Amino acid sequence: MSTYLNTGIELAYLTAAALFILGLKKLGSPATARKGNFLAAVGMLIAIIATLLNQSVLNYEWILVGIIAGSLIGAIAAQKVAMTDMPQMVGIFNGVGGAASALVAVGEFWRVLSTTGTVPLDATFIAILGVLIGGLTLTGSLLAFAKLQGLVTGSPVTFPLQQPINALLMAIFLAGSVYLLIQPENIDIFLTLTTISLLIGALFVLPIGGADMPVVISLLNSCSGLAASAVGFILGNSMLIVAGALVGASGLILTQIMCKAMNRPLTNVLFGAFGGESNAVGGTGGAEIDKTYRSIDSEEGAMMLGYARYVVIVPGYGMAVAQAQHGVRELASQLEKMGVDVKYAIHPVAGRMPGHMNVLLAEANVPYDRLYDMDDINTEFDRVDVALVIGANDVVNPAARNDSYSPIYGMPILDVDKAQHAIVIKRSMRTGFAGVDNELFYKDKTTMLFGSAQDVVSQLVSEVKQLDAALLE
Amino acid sequence: MEAGLLTGLVVFVLASFVGFEVINKVPPTLHTPLMSGANAISGIAVVGALLITGTKDWNFVTILGFIAIILATVNVVGGFLVTDRMLQMFKKKETAS
Repeated sequence: MSTYLNTGIELAYLTAAALFILGLKKLGSPATARKGNFLAAVGMLIAIIATLLNQSVLNYEWILVGIIAGSLIGAIAAQKVAMTDMPQMVGIFNGVGGAASALVAVGEFWRVLSTTGTVPLDATFIAILGVLIGGLTLTGSLLAFAKLQGLVTGSPVTFPLQQPINALLMAIFLAGSVYLLIQPENIDIFLTLTTISLLIGALFVLPIGGADMPVVISLLNSCSGLAASAVGFILGNSMLIVAGALVGASGLILTQIMCKAMNRPLTNVLFGAFGGESNAVGGTGGAEIDKTYRSIDSEEGAMMLGYARYVVIVPGYGMAVAQAQHGVRELASQLEKMGVDVKYAIHPVAGRMPGHMNVLLAEANVPYDRLYDMDDINTEFDRVDVALVIGANDVVNPAARNDSYSPIYGMPILDVDKAQHAIVIKRSMRTGFAGVDNELFYKDKTTMLFGSAQDVVSQLVSEVKQLDAALLE
Repeated sequence: MEAGLLTGLVVFVLASFVGFEVINKVPPTLHTPLMSGANAISGIAVVGALLITGTKDWNFVTILGFIAIILATVNVVGGFLVTDRMLQMFKKKETAS
């Protein structure tokens, strides 16, 4: 009887794995994405129910309590989070997933040790891997969350002797691992290794700037998959191995795509703060440009927009934070009514993650066909009358093209400086997320429009409406 | 254990290749939902948590497992719901235009 049951459980796992693959596949195309997500969720449900049928699982009351508690927390968090905060939400979900894997690795190691008195070599090795990956995923994700949320400074944090300390920790970890492989009975060493794993995660993310956090989250996403895989090896459970590997691989690919969009190798993103001192000094080399800028009020801005034939809106994270996307859509439709051609230029890393800006604009009902990718719109900028930059900075900084000393040099940008005029809506002259000054703001054909994006945009909307009314008279 | 480990490795490597192939040509628009969806799948650790929490009597291991169940379910439920919320917005716009 129990063999039939076990076969049934394995078959259910196989079904779940197939659903995960199908789900991921469908998530890759806009038309089927929602169905794909649903399929993956069904796969997860099947996997959980099948596991509950396992005859060694008896503790139903507490399992139910745990599942209900977790579901409630997860559901509430998912409903409450603002779309702008999506990257850190994914980060924190990711962190708790990694923590779960690490806890299971610790628990299983402990169980085997206390029941048999020792742990086989291979099991110890995998348990160390699981604890390391799961532990660093937890603290790394938590710190990434804190950085994006503004709880911790977004700029790279370095301190004296940082590299020697990191190297020392690594060395202790390796030595401890070797010792544990020989002497698996020593639980103190195992707990020390767990603590070091947690430290490594935090120290690893600390020197990485806030602008690069999405890449870090994507990489840690991959890690949480690998941690689940490691747990699968420990428990001899193929379901965990398959699902973990799928996530591990897909996370790695996404990380790669993001790095490509910023034209930086992954190593530069992760370790840039260490080798970057010379770059940071070079960044101030831009001081030779004339730092005078022209600012206008919204009436003048409305005038420029209203009389233009072709306007391109460049939305950035600042627009999203100010919740100005609805106002922007209103402005665009008003301009379109007056015969202006309006398009949106979307940088691959606009917002905080690839595709983040598309989600935010979709939320504000901006028609999908008005959004243009960087490569499609860049060839058109010399025909653009007015480029309206709202809360974007680094992605329109010409230094990425011209100044080989700039930290963002080589990053593909939107060629806003090639438009006839550029209006930049910004709160102040402060530098962007990457901490780099933007020479676009000092150009003759650029005008600054200071204020919070939401206020300025709603002023622009009413000014443009007045202009329209005046023209009709 | 030896044979089990090898089978596990085979499964792991093959599944990794499948993961690479499935994700490779995804438009940037969908990267955020995709990352979020994949993240939810990594909550599969809940299966491991269930297995170690199984025993009736309470001890250190079941306590760890219980915490792991909560954390992993947060990952699973939150992950899938938030992905759906994002994708819903694309849907809305498609029918509107």
